[in-house]
Amino acid sequence: MITLLESRAVNKRFGGLKALTDVSLTIRKGEVYGLIGPNGAGKTTFFNVLTGAYAIDGGEFVMNGAELPSAKPHLVVQHGIARTFQNIRLFRELTALENVMAGHHIRSSAGVWGILTQSRAAREEERLMQERALEILDYVGIGRHADTVARNLSYGDQRRLEIARALATEPQLLALDEPAAGMNATETAGLRTLVDTIRGDGITVLLIEHDVKLIMGLCDRVAVLDFGKKIAEGTPAEVQRCPDVIKAYLGGHRAH
Amino acid sequence: MTTNSTALPLPASFALDRRIQRPLVILLALAAPLVALSMGKSWVRVLDFALLYVLLAIGLNLVVGFAGLLDLGYIAFYAVGAYTWAFLASPHFGIHLPFWIVLPLGAAFAALAGIALGFPTLRLRGDYLAIVTLGFGEIIRIFMNNLNQPINITNGPQGIDSIDPLTIAGLDLSKDLDLFGFQIPSLTLYYYAFLACVVAAIILVRRLQISRIGRAWAAIRDDELAAKAIGIDTRMMKLLAFGLGATFGGVSGGLFAAFQGFVSPESFSLMESIVVLTMIVLGGMGNLAGVIVGAIMLTALPELLRHFAVPMQMALFGKTLLDPEVLRMLLLSLAMIVMMLVRPAGLLPARTRYAHRDRRNA
Repeated sequence: MITLLESRAVNKRFGGLKALTDVSLTIRKGEVYGLIGPNGAGKTTFFNVLTGAYAIDGGEFVMNGAELPSAKPHLVVQHGIARTFQNIRLFRELTALENVMAGHHIRSSAGVWGILTQSRAAREEERLMQERALEILDYVGIGRHADTVARNLSYGDQRRLEIARALATEPQLLALDEPAAGMNATETAGLRTLVDTIRGDGITVLLIEHDVKLIMGLCDRVAVLDFGKKIAEGTPAEVQRCPDVIKAYLGGHRAH
Repeated sequence: MTTNSTALPLPASFALDRRIQRPLVILLALAAPLVALSMGKSWVRVLDFALLYVLLAIGLNLVVGFAGLLDLGYIAFYAVGAYTWAFLASPHFGIHLPFWIVLPLGAAFAALAGIALGFPTLRLRGDYLAIVTLGFGEIIRIFMNNLNQPINITNGPQGIDSIDPLTIAGLDLSKDLDLFGFQIPSLTLYYYAFLACVVAAIILVRRLQISRIGRAWAAIRDDELAAKAIGIDTRMMKLLAFGLGATFGGVSGGLFAAFQGFVSPESFSLMESIVVLTMIVLGGMGNLAGVIVGAIMLTALPELLRHFAVPMQMALFGKTLLDPEVLRMLLLSLAMIVMMLVRPAGLLPARTRYAHRDRRNA
């Protein structure tokens, strides 16, 4: 198995609070990797440090053998990592199509001059971008809503649109922060199919999720965070049996 | 008629078929000075100024409406453009360069000023940004006011006069043109020159709006964090918005100097910035048509008041109780309050498109 992303002893502090302590994990190409843990365990912080929303305080992320820049979100995207947010963050006034086309930003190159003069290259790029965006919308299953303004989409469709926008950046690693939060059973089932399809198309998925059933059914491997430390890593079945994990979730003194 | 929506439905006249709408607007734009001329030359002058304000509003809309960066010092770029023209085409320094050098230079200087303003304010948003830009606008004005010593550059509060008029291909726009026996007044000539600039501005801004840059601005406006998360270099894009927005201000300022023949710092007060911003808010932020309507309305308002309010008060009370200038501010404030209550998204709150297409729904 080829390693896609490696976190090496990643640390993050907020003042006196150690949000992440020496978190090391390895994500392999083509797998669905789950990140679970109780509330406040540091899962979203891990995401934010990985994607450059926060500066890293120690350690490093290595993607395809290259170190990722710290606190430079737009550069991290160029390395092939795209993310979604726990609380949906769409461009509310743009249509679904325009949201996805905005996601193509870094994979397009038209400059001010080309746009102002409507050069042939710029027009062609714009046309291709729109075509591609429509394909992605169909891919995530909301093609019929292409011209709907994002804020008017249903909750489940907004989640899908966020994934579509992330896919538009042509990532190798798709990081989903609680994609099933607030979804009903049908929507969750649909999401599961979608993530399966995405993996099938060769994109590695990093997943934060509370829905244990979803994690167990979807993930190839799982890491468990508690109080900012990794306490277990392995297949879902292995992790489920781990005493530290049971303690972290059910309470009681931690074993050490 | 009852409606629950916050915005009132558009009056039927605005909802005209697109096929009729466009030729109607073109006809109106072309015929306006002829109609105005029949009412008196001063009305053509009002139209000329309206077009200059439209140009300003289009530029400011790019910064505020598209990129969501609240700029309260926009008039500074107008000043930069105007003073560039005044320096390079007037007896003040004895330089008389043609418009095709001065106007682009003014635009370029304004763009530089825009980027200079953009750099220190990149991290700021909303109210904080507004305060800094407000300060910037004042700094430029105060510079213009005081740079008459130790070396006289701007001629201070007296301003610079006898500025060269706009001369295109030998045609001096400040003189009436005699065309096959028809007298075309200078004001009308200026009108068509300004109209050409406005049309060009509309085309260029539309192209920017429906492009990866326009979408990046809209993304930053709607959610800056998410914009970064999809790889948009928000610093670059904001600087670009400031720079390009300022360019329009610079062009408008240059035209203003040539048209007026005189510039002084008092034309570039904070109030002017606020008036331009009000035009955008009143018309419909982000929407080009709305912005243009807002600019025309707010330029025409004081003139209408001057022509009708004073005689009316004289007839009713025998004296002028409210000065037109006071009345203007009063009406403007009232209009803003009423607008925020009934049409918070502006007069023409059409959704701004950032992709070609959609005739189907939306």
